[in-house]
Amino acid sequence: MENIIEIKNLVKKYGDFTAVSDISFNVKQGEVFAFLGPNGAGKTTTIKMLTTLLHPTSGQMKINGYNPLHQQHDARASFGIVFQDPSLDDELTAYENMDMHGMLYNVKGKDRKERIKQLLNFVELWDRKDDLVKHFSGGMKRRLEIARGFMHKPKILFLDEPTIGLDPQTRNHIWAYLKKLNKEEGLTVFLTTHHMEEADKVSDKIAIIDHGKIIAQGTAQELKNQTKTATLEEAFLALTGSEIRQEEASSQDALRSQRRMWRR
Amino acid sequence: MRFANPPLLIIMNTTAIYTLWLRQLKRYFRSKSRIIGSLGQPILFLVALGFGFGPIFAKAGQGNYIQFLAPGVISMSILFTAMFSGIEIIWDRQFGFLKETLVAPVSRFEIMIGRTLGGATVAIFQGIIVLVISLFVGFKVTNFALLPLAFVFMFLIALLFTALGTAIASVLQDMTGFQLIMNFIVMPIFFLSGSLFPPSGLPGPLTTIVKIDPLAYGVDGLRGTLGQIAHFGLGTDFWVLFVVVAVLVGIGSYLFSKIQV
Repeated sequence: MENIIEIKNLVKKYGDFTAVSDISFNVKQGEVFAFLGPNGAGKTTTIKMLTTLLHPTSGQMKINGYNPLHQQHDARASFGIVFQDPSLDDELTAYENMDMHGMLYNVKGKDRKERIKQLLNFVELWDRKDDLVKHFSGGMKRRLEIARGFMHKPKILFLDEPTIGLDPQTRNHIWAYLKKLNKEEGLTVFLTTHHMEEADKVSDKIAIIDHGKIIAQGTAQELKNQTKTATLEEAFLALTGSEIRQEEASSQDALRSQRRMWRR
Repeated sequence: MRFANPPLLIIMNTTAIYTLWLRQLKRYFRSKSRIIGSLGQPILFLVALGFGFGPIFAKAGQGNYIQFLAPGVISMSILFTAMFSGIEIIWDRQFGFLKETLVAPVSRFEIMIGRTLGGATVAIFQGIIVLVISLFVGFKVTNFALLPLAFVFMFLIALLFTALGTAIASVLQDMTGFQLIMNFIVMPIFFLSGSLFPPSGLPGPLTTIVKIDPLAYGVDGLRGTLGQIAHFGLGTDFWVLFVVVAVLVGIGSYLFSKIQV
């Protein structure tokens, strides 16, 4: 199978701080690839570089054969993404969020309508399609974002901690669908999660990143063998240590309250 | 392979531009409290200043103050709404929606144009509402033939300040600088534009400041088209605004294209 994502000597520095330090790995087409690591290890930074949101300090990347730096348009058309933090428009309805996504990705009229209906039905939000997203619970927003990520039939789906706030029913439902697309249409899934059991269950291949470096790669079984542990969670801890990581706090929470004051 | 910044309108992704334009409109019409809230200030200005200073203005031989003031207050509401629409990028950035548009196969320039046109359209609506209100307070449109031209000026003012808001928002990380922008950019632009006082016979430095304030030309253009005599002349007003709009859209899209999330 061909590599659909290729990363070579990728580096991202913020001043003195090195967020991603010379990482290299490949993801094969049709793989479910789990990218694991403690908080602040560089997972999201790597995803942002692959998805054209950040420019790397140095190194090469290819996604679906395109360079995210210079062939942005083609690279962007190749993937769908569910971000770690919400990226919906709260003031629009579920349907409008989907519709807008379809228009941005050039999914044409009738096809768009059908896809929206099919996907909203799939995540069981069709009867809430005309409700404003701001009235949705965290789990509903998540489901909507996942449905939106499928909208334009991407070849690669990035899921940055997608199952936070989802109950086991929804989680299983979504993974069953992902696996189906993965089998039938060769969808490649690039996943980050803190849920080791989930990673163990769904992924074909795993890479573990810590302090900006890839410290282990292989199948779940290989990692367990390598560390002589019984579960992926134990393997993960054996590889990354049990020290608790600091992640820089964002100004988001402060902002959330300010926003209320200003908009109302 | 597509160019990052298509030089021609023809090869731009009009669907994407339309989508983002529509989004701005939907957001505006849905927040009724925002529409009503932002009408409070113009009404207060029209009533308190209009009726308050009216007698003095008339005594000074300058005629009807409401007639003079209304175009200034219309410009003010366009200025505020447009700036806020531009600055809204900061919210979208903090609350994630910006990322959704930035990873879509749409160029940054198209995103910026769609948003700016949307913000400008919303600002014009706000201006039209204030125009209608001012009619109730006693403002009279003297020449209806010039009304389309008045809309052109409204559009230019709206575009100018949405682009300025976008440019500012592109370099700010969060809303902590918001007060600074209000007090050191928006307020001076408004108060020094000749919205409230005639731009003739001012002390030297103030004359110069009014002359470099782009809103002064917008206010003057509206005055000229809505029933007064333009101080700078309508031609000057139009070209100054046109050039400043072009420059700010250029700067705005450059800064916007540099955003990394």
